[in-house]
Amino acid sequence: MTLKLDGKVPEGPIEKKWDNHKFNLKLVNPANKRKYDILVVGTGLAGASAAASLAELGYNVKVFCIQDSPRRAHSIAAQGGINAAKNYPNDGDSVWRLFYDTVKGGDFRAREANVYRLAQVSASIIDQCVAQGVPFAREYGGTLSNRSFGGAQVSRTFYARGQTGQQLLLGAYSALMRQVGLGTVEMYPRREMLELVVEDGAARGIVCRDLTTGKVESYAGHAVLLCTGGYGNVFYLSTNAASCNVSATWRAHKHGALFANPCYTQIHPTCIPVSGDHQSKLTLMSESLRNDGRVWVPKKKGDKRSPETIPEDERDYYLERKYPSFGNLVPRDVASRNAKQMIDDGKGVGETGLSVYLDFSDAIKRLGLDKIKEKYGNLFDMYHHITAEDPYKVPMRIYPAVHYTMGGLWVDYNLMTTIPGLFCLGEANFSDHGANRLGASALMQGLSDGYFVLPYTVGDYIARTKLEKIDGSHSEFARSEAGVAELTARLLGVQGHRTVDWFHRRLGKIMWDDCGMSRTAVGLESAIGQIRELREEYWKDVKVAGSADDLNQSLEKAGRVADFFELGELMCLDALHRKESCGGHFREEYQTPDGEAKRDDQNYSYAAAWEFKGVGKEPELHKEPLTFENVHLAERNYA
Amino acid sequence: MKLTLKVWRQKGHNDKGSLVEYQAKDVSPDMSFLEMLDVVNEGLIKKGEDAIAFDSDCREGICGMCSLVINGKPHGPELGTATCQLHMRTFSDGDTIVVEPFRARAFPPVKDLAVDRSSFDRIMQAGGYVSVNTGNAPEANANLISHHTAEKAMDAAACIGCGACVAACPNASAMLFVAAKVSQYALLPQGQPERAKRAMAMREAMDDEGFGNCSNEYACEAACPKDIKVENIARLNREHLRAMICSDE
Ligand SMILES: Cc1cc2nc3c(=O)[nH]c(=O)nc-3n(C[C@H](O)[C@H](O)[C@H](O)COP(=O)(O)OP(=O)(O)OC[C@H]3O[C@@H](n4cnc5c(N)ncnc54)[C@H](O)[C@@H]3O)c2cc1C
Ligand code: SF4
Ligand code: FES
Repeated sequence: MTLKLDGKVPEGPIEKKWDNHKFNLKLVNPANKRKYDILVVGTGLAGASAAASLAELGYNVKVFCIQDSPRRAHSIAAQGGINAAKNYPNDGDSVWRLFYDTVKGGDFRAREANVYRLAQVSASIIDQCVAQGVPFAREYGGTLSNRSFGGAQVSRTFYARGQTGQQLLLGAYSALMRQVGLGTVEMYPRREMLELVVEDGAARGIVCRDLTTGKVESYAGHAVLLCTGGYGNVFYLSTNAASCNVSATWRAHKHGALFANPCYTQIHPTCIPVSGDHQSKLTLMSESLRNDGRVWVPKKKGDKRSPETIPEDERDYYLERKYPSFGNLVPRDVASRNAKQMIDDGKGVGETGLSVYLDFSDAIKRLGLDKIKEKYGNLFDMYHHITAEDPYKVPMRIYPAVHYTMGGLWVDYNLMTTIPGLFCLGEANFSDHGANRLGASALMQGLSDGYFVLPYTVGDYIARTKLEKIDGSHSEFARSEAGVAELTARLLGVQGHRTVDWFHRRLGKIMWDDCGMSRTAVGLESAIGQIRELREEYWKDVKVAGSADDLNQSLEKAGRVADFFELGELMCLDALHRKESCGGHFREEYQTPDGEAKRDDQNYSYAAAWEFKGVGKEPELHKEPLTFENVHLAERNYA
Repeated sequence: MKLTLKVWRQKGHNDKGSLVEYQAKDVSPDMSFLEMLDVVNEGLIKKGEDAIAFDSDCREGICGMCSLVINGKPHGPELGTATCQLHMRTFSDGDTIVVEPFRARAFPPVKDLAVDRSSFDRIMQAGGYVSVNTGNAPEANANLISHHTAEKAMDAAACIGCGACVAACPNASAMLFVAAKVSQYALLPQGQPERAKRAMAMREAMDDEGFGNCSNEYACEAACPKDIKVENIARLNREHLRAMICSDE
């Protein structure tokens, strides 16, 4: 059977598509909604907002997450802000401009209709969050404050100090808790989804492991929503939380859900540099810092003087020099690549030479210490804690780090994957950011998907589909449970010599070296070989201690890393096949004379959706052509 | 650095636990406390021993998942710092460090250093929200909120729900946690319609979960990694009183 990818983009002019579509969607009779069970995996912005909204509509909702409380999903860590086309500053923003900036920022590799819808609902997100009591920053007159973010020339970012993700997530979490209190949502924390159950071609349930008792459990439903976040931890070191993983979406991929654009990875330019081998994660310094911080390196190679002794004319403010109109606010991929270039040229600073300066001294002079404290206090403190250097006195040192994954499960306009009844929301899907995501747009997308898109589209699916009632005793569940138990036994059974972390670090290094900030055919081919070898070694030599029937964090990690091996290979294959540079995917063979990413629209203007054919087997490529009817295809230029 | 650790090990909820001694060698001052434990765990796993279970996730002081009582102090010796942001440079070569779980009746043990804090979620379910369904919101700038009020609400809203306040309190009271949430909403216009009901319901839920009463020890404030102030407790008490005497909600 050949699979035909249908994005289900509605007819009509782009401004009308979503409204027309909403009108055409079938509705579920309010009295019937409680007869339908919806399983929501993940409680980040996407999952919590979807679960609460569906419960408010009357559905029966069951929610799962890995952490001990839904409030701890990784969205909590987002710092800088959330975009919305409110145009409060009167600086020329509009739905159209947000749409345009996002398509351009994504280097013309996103589906236009989805992006337009995102821009359209963005304003309602802010209304909703404010109504929930999210304490956004305010002006003295009492109105909401905005700031600007990379890749935009207008101020459209709403924020709550450097804790925007926390406050938005607590808003969605409180809406979710309200529904739990009302009895419309059942919450299952400390659960890891390890298998998707597909029956008669439709997603009908999941199999989880209770992480405290080790019990393998089945849950049946009429639709399954994967809101399980990004897979940046395939690189071992990233800004993601420790438990971020690909397992839920990967196991769905093995059941037939196509995985799109896996190689599109975002490397964030402003992270705290690595200090040693013991390091378990990298800490992001919000991009909002680039509003007031100036990025520079010494003009001379190998200049080891301390920064304050280097005179102005011996400093290279390279972003301001190369991109005068965007300056320090160029998009992330551009900022990261430039930092790498400086460092490769031997101009890096700090003990390891693996960082560049982000300097606030001018801003402190201009705005005063208090203003800078108010804007960035918690970020400066965090930096101080980690590095023992005081950024009010010496420039911060920053280096790029893996931060976000634009790829994910392929979804149509309704956010449904290629498996009927399986939806995918938030960072876990591939939808709106193309090859590069603009700052402050992930929070917007997660909440757009969960509050304003999915509650409509899931209803349409349920209203149109005849689904037999099934429960966890159905034979397909027993089979999946057995599969999960077997995998656990296999991981515990190897009893080799090396820890899961040892393998994970190795894998991460291969990915970073050859599938990171810049890529080549030679490097990618060698990476694929190395990953295959390391994966074989994993299954012969990994050592997982402890047992299957209590809290066993090394066992949990072992399962996740096993999936990362398979994903890593697919990422390299995808990067190898895409013989162009676009956004976060930079192939050294394809660049402009100035060293910028060079797209090939003739041949690669499509989303690459991969079909799983077996571990170590060549996956099959399906293409969703991308057409640009509203935004003119152009070379991205931020000069 | 070389350190001696005395770590609480407890197989499960119903098992007896005890302190077990481990040596941590080659500790770098740049490591975080949890990275130091990671290294100890890798050593244990290689020897085929069960790793020390402890909770953590974001490792940047915001998710509230990490815990630990370090040398008698929740989140360790450094003020305003969660365990995941505590660095080994705070300790000296040769130190002995005692590591225990957060202890409270309302936080039953799970394994080793991990405990069950779902009682916090249940307190939230009782009233830690504004009842506004999706789609039901007025235009965001329709209600003006002064800069000062928004900042104060944000101070309270910064709570990460870690439970250190409970672990530090001799009565294992959750007053600081509850007060932070009640204060955030009491300060904002959005919180007004359910103000009295919320204060009553959340306090009652706290009592039902088996948390103790507040006797003004202020140990909570000292342990809080997010600098949540006890003045919020005074506000909660006022809110509660107000709700009892003059509410018609
Ligand atoms: C440090 C940092 C700062 C950021 N700052 C910003 C910013 O300022 N602005 C912005 O727009 N974006 C920002 N981002 C990106 C943004 O935070 C994320 O993309 C977004 O929050 C993802 O939300 P989500 O709901 O898709 O997933 P997440 O919040 O990652 O939630 C995933 C959920 O899935 C659950 N889960 C995962 N796997 C399983 C499984 N197998 N079984 C059960 N449950 C599972 C987890 O427990 C969790 O509840 C930032 C990201 C990072 C890392
Ligand atoms: S008040 Fe402080 S100590 Fe208590 S839960 Fe909140 S952040 Fe943790
Ligand atoms: S691990 Fe998230 S706060 Fe410490």
